Amino acid sequence: MTTATSKPQAGPKPAGAAGTEKEKWLHAYRQMVSIRLFEEQVNEVYTRALMPGLAHLYSGEEAIAVGICQALRVDDYITSTHRGHGHCLAKGASPDRMFAELLGKEAGYCRGKGGSMHIADPATGNLGANAIVGGSVGIATGAAFTAKTLGTGRVAVCFFGEGALGQGSLYEVMNLAQLWQLPVMYVCENNQYNEYTHYQETTAGTILGRAAAFGIEAASVDGQDVRAVNEVATRLIERARSGGGPAFLQCDTYRYSGHHVGDINREYYRSKQEEHLWKTDRDPILVLTKWLTERGYADAASLDQIASEVRAIMESAVKFAIAAPYPNVDEVEKHVYA
Amino acid sequence: MPERELTFAQAVREALAEEMRRDSRVCIIGEDVAEAGTPFKVLSGLVEEFGAKRVVDTPISEAGFTGVAVGAAMTGLRPVVDIMFGDFITLTMDQMVNQAAKAHYMSGGHWKVPMVMRTTLGATRRSAAQHSQSLHAWFSHVPGLKVVLPSTPFDAKGLLKTAIRDENPVIFFEDKMMYKLKGPVPEDDYTIPLGVADVKRSGDDITLVATSSMVQVALGAAILLEREGISAEVVDPRTTWPLDEKTLIDSAKKTSRVIVLDEGYGRYGVTAELAAVIAEGAFYDLDAPVKRMGAMHVPIPFSPPLEDATVPTEQTVFEAARAMCKPS
Repeated sequence: MTTATSKPQAGPKPAGAAGTEKEKWLHAYRQMVSIRLFEEQVNEVYTRALMPGLAHLYSGEEAIAVGICQALRVDDYITSTHRGHGHCLAKGASPDRMFAELLGKEAGYCRGKGGSMHIADPATGNLGANAIVGGSVGIATGAAFTAKTLGTGRVAVCFFGEGALGQGSLYEVMNLAQLWQLPVMYVCENNQYNEYTHYQETTAGTILGRAAAFGIEAASVDGQDVRAVNEVATRLIERARSGGGPAFLQCDTYRYSGHHVGDINREYYRSKQEEHLWKTDRDPILVLTKWLTERGYADAASLDQIASEVRAIMESAVKFAIAAPYPNVDEVEKHVYA
Repeated sequence: MPERELTFAQAVREALAEEMRRDSRVCIIGEDVAEAGTPFKVLSGLVEEFGAKRVVDTPISEAGFTGVAVGAAMTGLRPVVDIMFGDFITLTMDQMVNQAAKAHYMSGGHWKVPMVMRTTLGATRRSAAQHSQSLHAWFSHVPGLKVVLPSTPFDAKGLLKTAIRDENPVIFFEDKMMYKLKGPVPEDDYTIPLGVADVKRSGDDITLVATSSMVQVALGAAILLEREGISAEVVDPRTTWPLDEKTLIDSAKKTSRVIVLDEGYGRYGVTAELAAVIAEGAFYDLDAPVKRMGAMHVPIPFSPPLEDATVPTEQTVFEAARAMCKPS
């Protein structure tokens, strides 16, 4: 595994960070716990057969969405993936409207028409999650094209899994982004598995070698360390914002659950021992917990307090979504055309 | 309004130039669109007026730059992408069908994709099987997209201006064999709404519903039919979606006989859809089954006599219409 990350250290404040170092990382902690508990609720709701469709959980990968979105402005853009709940939450979406969307309710972000794999929210710059692997690489690059053309100073972040490395369109837009020096950051969340296949069986060469071929500024980082992710993301994002061109960030991480909630028997493609190691040794929430407590920024009681507050929010969000009405059937033909 | 003769290509260029002057968000993205003005020279002069930031040359990456246009449209620009040959839309299908067409609906109406894809169709240019197809039926199939098929310089200018102002993804198919066709075009700013058919010629005995350059073929056939005492009406839907069903059905009811002409492949194609619309809407007024004429169901061959056999011509349309009106 490539790990070329420097140790987090004091540096310029990320654009999205407010307050003291302690406040910043306690906020990151709260966001990561929010994503973890959101996904726990999704699993619960799904297995109780209250949620239709598919559910792809982000658990284990929280440090990436949180570390990167913390380096973004509210009006910066993101595009997300089928495993996108974490990106939406980290960019500022509210859990109640997200759950409503997951259940196909009118109060959802997309009036129930998108579902888990298509949450979009203009208010937080979320151009949408995408259920085509690599499907949003053009959209993110196009948002960066607009930002550069209109001089808005915005940056676009394109989240995708390492499975998207197999899609040719990624390389087409990386070429364009470098030629045109667009303010876009491609974030490869390498959770090791293309669905049910280890990425080394599907990926020739190296991941960063792909960016190097285009001359794109690239880095890799421990995707389980939110502070490390945030530091390198802040550098690359501000570089892009100031006209320095696109960037590519490889974040090595691990998908705790199966490809989707129904993917339970996984031993044919990965061992329980491997899963256990990631969950105990490299859990992003535990990594940050350790740092926060060592610095004296938090103790077990204060972190428990945050978790119980978040849990209450998630439970209330689920209740809201379950009680919310479905859209009227006459909604079906609305929004086909603007 | 002042009118002069322009070629189809000049009409397209004028529409683009007028819209780019009117709205600074309109930009052109594609292969060799700037100094080269495309191989068809449709865009000559635009980069000189609007600069390379708004007339943007790309690498040969149809999927890539179409995807960029989708994202640019969602975030505040109004891109017009140029896909040189309609055959190359295959490379853009995910961006158009899964992204552009669905972003508005999937987001519950939050995001919009006001973009235009200009591309070409039409055989008989001796360009063989990968540069000659008419694949507009594919996009017509997909909800969320609009599909425009201009048949005259006048329509080309008015429809393209409307397409650029539309808030949705619009695919604008130009028959590359019509670029030199001349016709009257007003100098003034005018637009033609999408979804309004145009009766190109009025008649009583048979309706020829035709799209794109097949309108010119139908008008030629109508002159031949007139010599036989058969009065043909030529109806041009101008857009396959939205579709002006009423004008098609009204004409069918009036004449009682219909041939549908379109240069796409016949199987599961535009002719099938239009014929079904007419059959459903005018069945009890028809004196004959609706006839369909499209490209033959073969890859377009290179050899000129073979290629010419694949598409409807004035003569074949004339013969088919005469047989319907005067059964032997």
